[in-house]
Order: sequence, then structure tokens, then C-alpha cells
Amino acid sequence: MDTKYRMHLLVCGGTGCIASKSSQLIQLLKEELEANGLEKEVQVISTGCFGFCEKGPIVKVLPDNTFYTQLKPEDAKEIVAEHVIKGRYIERLLYVNPETQEIIRDAKNMGFYRKQMRIALRNCGFINPENIDEYIARNGYSAIAKCLTEMTPSEVIDEVKKSGMRGRGGGGFPTGLKWEITSKSISDQKYVVCNADEGDPGAFMDRSVLEGDPHSVIEAMAICGYCIGANKGIVYIRAEYPLAIKRLKIALQQAKEYGLLGENIFGTDFEFTIDIKYGAGAFVCGEETALIHSMEGLRGEPTIKPPFPSVSGYLTQPTNVNNVETFASIPVIILKGSEWFASIGTEYSKGTKVFALAGKINNVGLIEVPMGTTLREVIFEIGGGIKDGKKFKAVQTGGPSGGCLTEKHLDLPIDFDSLTAAGSMMGSGGMIVMDEDDCMVAMAKFYLEFTVEESCGKCAPCRIGNKRLHEMLTKLCEANGVEEDLDLLRNLSVVVKDTSLCGLGQTSPNPILSTMENFYEEYHAHVFDHKCPSGQCQSFRRYYIDAEHCIGCMVCARNCPTNAITGVKKQVHIINQLICIKCGVCMEKCKFDSIYLN
Amino acid sequence: MSKIKSLDDLRKIKAIVEEKMKLRENSANSEIHVQVKVAMATCGIASGAKTVMEFMIEELEKRNITALVIQTGCMGYCFAEPTIEVTMPGKDPIVFGYVDTSKADQIIEKYIKRGELVDGIIPKNYESI
Ligand SMILES: Cc1cc2nc3c(=O)[nH]c(=O)nc-3n(C[C@H](O)[C@H](O)[C@H](O)COP(=O)(O)O)c2cc1C
Repeated sequence: MDTKYRMHLLVCGGTGCIASKSSQLIQLLKEELEANGLEKEVQVISTGCFGFCEKGPIVKVLPDNTFYTQLKPEDAKEIVAEHVIKGRYIERLLYVNPETQEIIRDAKNMGFYRKQMRIALRNCGFINPENIDEYIARNGYSAIAKCLTEMTPSEVIDEVKKSGMRGRGGGGFPTGLKWEITSKSISDQKYVVCNADEGDPGAFMDRSVLEGDPHSVIEAMAICGYCIGANKGIVYIRAEYPLAIKRLKIALQQAKEYGLLGENIFGTDFEFTIDIKYGAGAFVCGEETALIHSMEGLRGEPTIKPPFPSVSGYLTQPTNVNNVETFASIPVIILKGSEWFASIGTEYSKGTKVFALAGKINNVGLIEVPMGTTLREVIFEIGGGIKDGKKFKAVQTGGPSGGCLTEKHLDLPIDFDSLTAAGSMMGSGGMIVMDEDDCMVAMAKFYLEFTVEESCGKCAPCRIGNKRLHEMLTKLCEANGVEEDLDLLRNLSVVVKDTSLCGLGQTSPNPILSTMENFYEEYHAHVFDHKCPSGQCQSFRRYYIDAEHCIGCMVCARNCPTNAITGVKKQVHIINQLICIKCGVCMEKCKFDSIYLN
Repeated sequence: MSKIKSLDDLRKIKAIVEEKMKLRENSANSEIHVQVKVAMATCGIASGAKTVMEFMIEELEKRNITALVIQTGCMGYCFAEPTIEVTMPGKDPIVFGYVDTSKADQIIEKYIKRGELVDGIIPKNYESI
């Protein structure tokens, strides 16, 4: 196989870089190469987003890995003349580490590549998830082997405690402590449950782990079983995850065939089996007590804690419930040691966290970063910034239970406690990014719609309170809000939070409270100025016809679906605001730009 | 499949598979010249990864290229699905995004056969432990 080209120039063709003229740069690079007769030796390639849009446009040179940033089209000449022809680096175009002022030539040494660190996702996208051997080749099942043959259960628990690992399912409860409590509960039968319900809108971290690396979860459940004295594990997974279920089943079968599940694992007297139970996709069933009831065949409704599942859970037996991502990190902690794990992250939040980036962000996808990474790094350096060059407005973390964070929080190091202090929460790791076109009142309404749908209805504050909150938000968005609504909204939010039975209602008003805190002016504008500042709430829109430009062609009138436009041919037309449904078709169809929005 | 009864058994399997995986990644002399990993998580499959995988398997065979095409989990680049990672012997893996069958065809003809890159490379932006 002969390689035709000796060198490649990879030019970022992500949206951000295109906006800063990377297409012209590509064009000029090609022209320069041709002018020097090098087009057969050096190839110019446009790539997907490097995620480093703040420093765009970017060129990476292969094979030497040189990384040039913030280029202008006119730099093409120099790149070809100096780097390609003479093989000299162009210092002024190299990336400078903002902290040390050090010039970095090799992309491999750029901090930006080290922003992400994959622990829970270590094997996702690397191994074939349907082949247990590949997992074993990546140190799979060595952690359980080590636990069973070299460590006592309490030593393993100690190790997990010392690692500082906290539950990734949302609550952030220390995992080692939970294991210790369950291990101390006395019973003949205990259970290990893996919570794979993942109901947050926009979240798909757990699904990806199960689809990409199911054995890591199986191994960790067995380790947990060894620690707490359980020989049965159950994965509670929503039936809407067919691929994750399929891969999990294959993985369970393979583990059984190897004797890694079943009796006498690694020649010891430890025995462990895992079953799967399916959820019907109700958000509340992710709450651990509701989840347990759902597994028992009862209605998926939460019950008051205590008793905690660690004391009385599935079939009233001590049950250790952990999240998928929590489990996926455990084997690494055992193999690399608690000290190593605890060296990553912040003081009280150790290790890494997987986030699902969604919304108005260029690189929608899954990322995993050490705790303490800032929002700015996540959104602008890994996520590639805001779509279409729009302005960042807010990011919702923690899903329907969380809150929004704004510009002023961009440099906040993300961890369990900092997010809570900022009025949001870590939640399970969904991050929905919003830009200047998003209305924060409408955003709060969207989440309340979700909680109203998903409330199980058992307790009145959540069942009725959320419904009233949603009605008030709808009223605001439909341009019918009055002053009292704002106070009422805030007061009722607090009441619902304080009096609901489970975590669902205790957190569901958070999107309202945090948007009221950070974007009160938008609520104010909806009520007092009769206006939706971002323009998203259609009810506030008024379309008008500009009398000076309208030539009376009648196109708008003919296309209006509600016949709200009247007028005679060759005379200025008028929109009847009472009939207009603000669909905007008239504006789209008008060839003379004579329809405008208030 | 024989049972794994001890740490030694596990280590043996690990050693064999590791060797196999290394071969498929690094060796220029191995039977297998090219490795193609197709990201087959829900997001990938939803955007057509299965078709791409089938295309790759069939076409590589038809065009007489010894290659190993395997499925894997989410690489994280959901915005650019379907994504595939191609590893040529002795080279760093390269991820291509937005791969449909015509892109896959280009990848085979240009990158795999001739070492030319094609547009749509997704820069890898993470390290795994
Ligand atoms: C309404 C609600 C939904 C929840 N959904 C999930 C979920 O989908 N997945 C999950 O792991 N935990 C979820 N939790 C948290 C669980 O109750 C529980 O704390 C968690 O599974 C414990 O695991 P961890 O300690 O590993 O985080 C939810 C909690 C509430 C209140």
C-alpha cells in the first residue's frame, strides 16, 4: 500500500471555523500548493469540528502533528512556503498555552486534548461490546479477581470509600458508605440493583455505557455483591433501550459461560447471578424506592425514606441501588487504586463525570471530564461552542430537577457542590445548552410539562402543584400573565419543593426558581412589557404590513391559512391581529420584504 | 468456551486476546491490514451505521482488501454519526464522520487503498485510561 501524499493539512471545517473563513483558507492553501507544484504531494482536507472554536480556524499538519491556530486566509502563503516547503515551524501561528505562555507545537501536548478523560467510558468506542474477550484484554474481570482472591469485603469497601466516589445517578451519595451500610444490614438475602432507568430528557450516558461496555457494569455489580454479601443482582432497565438490553444479555450469557457469573467464581465460594427487569419508561421509576416497587410488580410509586433500600428494599431485603455510571467506574478504582482516583477531581467530588451535550451546541455528543472542569471548557473547548455563531445564554444541568446556569457561571468548576451552590445540580449529567433565541420562561414551561406528565400522582403537592405551576407558565407564555402570577409562581414553587414526597416533586420547581433568579427580566417582560424578549413565545408576535413597501400583490392574503389578511389588489393590505395565528407564512411569501415583526 | 477458574486462566485469555488486538492495530505483516470500527450505539445505528457496516464488510471483500470490520460502542461524536474509525497498520487511527455508503466508498478507494485522506475527519478529542 503506497501512500501517495507525504503530508496532509487538516483544516477545521466546523461551523465555527467556517464562520471565521476556514473555507477561504482551504481554497488559498490549495492554490498555493498548486502554484508550487505540490498538489500531488500535499493534500488539504477539511475536517469536522476540533471543538476548539475559540482558537479557530485551525490547521493540523500530518504526519508531524503541528497545530496552527487562529489562522487567517492570508496565512496560507506562509504555511506553504515555510512549513510545507522548508519544513520550518511558523512560531507566531503556533498555539500558546494561556497559563504558561509556552508555545506548543505538537498537538499531542496541548491541554485541550487532555480536557477529556475517559474512565466510565474507557472502553466505549474501543472494544467490541459483544465480545467478552476484548473486555478481558482491557483488564476486564481483573478487578473482581483481585477482590475475590486478595481482598476482604471490608477492604474493598474501604478502597471505594477512600476513592471519594459519589453516586452518578444524581444524588451524589458516597458509594463506599452506601456499600458499608448495606453490608452491615443483617439478612439472609440481599440484592444489588443497577439503576438503568435514565429518564432525564436529553440524557443518554447510561445507555451508551451499557451499549458500549456492558461487562464493566456486570463486573462491578459482582464486586458490590461480594462487599455487601449479596448473591443476586438485578439490572432495572427501561424497555425503550432495546440495543442496550440486547448487548447486556449477550454479555451476561458470555460471563456465565466463562464462569464469571454463577457459582464458585474464580474458584472461591462466591456466587453471583444477574437478572434483568424492564421498566416501562416512567421517569419516577428512576427514583430508587419507586424502582424497587416497580420491580416487585407494584405501581411505580415512591415511598417515604427511611427505611432506605440499604436497610429494606427489594422484597423488604437490604438492597444496594447504584447507577450505571457509578458501577462502570468501580473496576478502575479497584485496579488503579483509590489514591489514583482521588487524585482526579475536586476536594469533595472525585474522578470524572460523563455529560451528554445537547441543545444549541455544535458537538452534540458524549463527553467525560474530570470533576472541576469549567463549563466554559465543556461548552467552548470540547463542545465546539454555540451553533450558528449565536450567543450563549444558559445551560440546563440536572435535567428537569436541575436549574440553569448562565454566562456568569461559565468559569465555575463543575462538581456536585458547586452546581448545587449555584442553584442547579449535577443530576445524572444531561447538559442542554441554550442560545439567545431561547426564552427562559418557555424553557421552564417545557420542564414543567415533563414533570406534570411524569408525576406519579401519589402526593398532592406534586400532582396538583406542578399542574398549577405549569398552567401559570402557560399563561405567561400565551401573553395572559398578570403581576400576581409572578409571586404566586415563586411561592407555590417553594411549597411544592418543601412538601412533595419524593425527589421528583422536591426538585421539579427548580427550573422555575433558577430562571426567575437568573432571568427575572424575562418574566417581567412577559407580564409588564407584553413581550417575549427572545421572540420565542409566538403569542407575543405581531406581524404588520409596511404600507410604504406593500404593492398589493395579494400573495400574502392568498397564502394566509386563516384569511386574516384583507386588501384590494394594488392597494396596501392589512393583517387582522385578532384572526392572525402568527404562523409567519405571509412574511415568508412576501417578495417585497414588506411584512415585519414587532 | 472453557471456564475461567483462576486469575491465571484470566491472564491467559487476556494475553492471547491482547496479542490479537495488538496485531490488528499495529502489525504491518499481519494477515489483517486494516481495521475498521463502526460506532454502533443507538445514535450511530439510528443514522445508518448498520448499512455502513454491511457495506464495508461486503465491499472490502469484493475489492480484495483483507480487513477486520468490527462494531463498537459510542465514540462520543453523536453529532457526526455514523462515525467509523479506520486504523491502517502502524498508523494512528483516524475517525471519519457523516459516513454514508458513498463516503464509505471514498474511504475505501482513497484512504484505505491509497493513504489519501478524505474530507469529514473527526478530530479525536479525548484520552482513555
Ligand atoms: C425523580 C427521580 C428520578 C431518578 N432517576 C434516576 C435514574 O434515571 N437513574 C439513576 O441512576 N438514578 C436516578 N435517580 C436517583 C436514584 O433515586 C438513586 O439515588 C440512584 O440510583 C442511586 O445510585 P448512585 O448512588 O449510584 O447515584 C432518580 C431520582 C429521582 C428523585
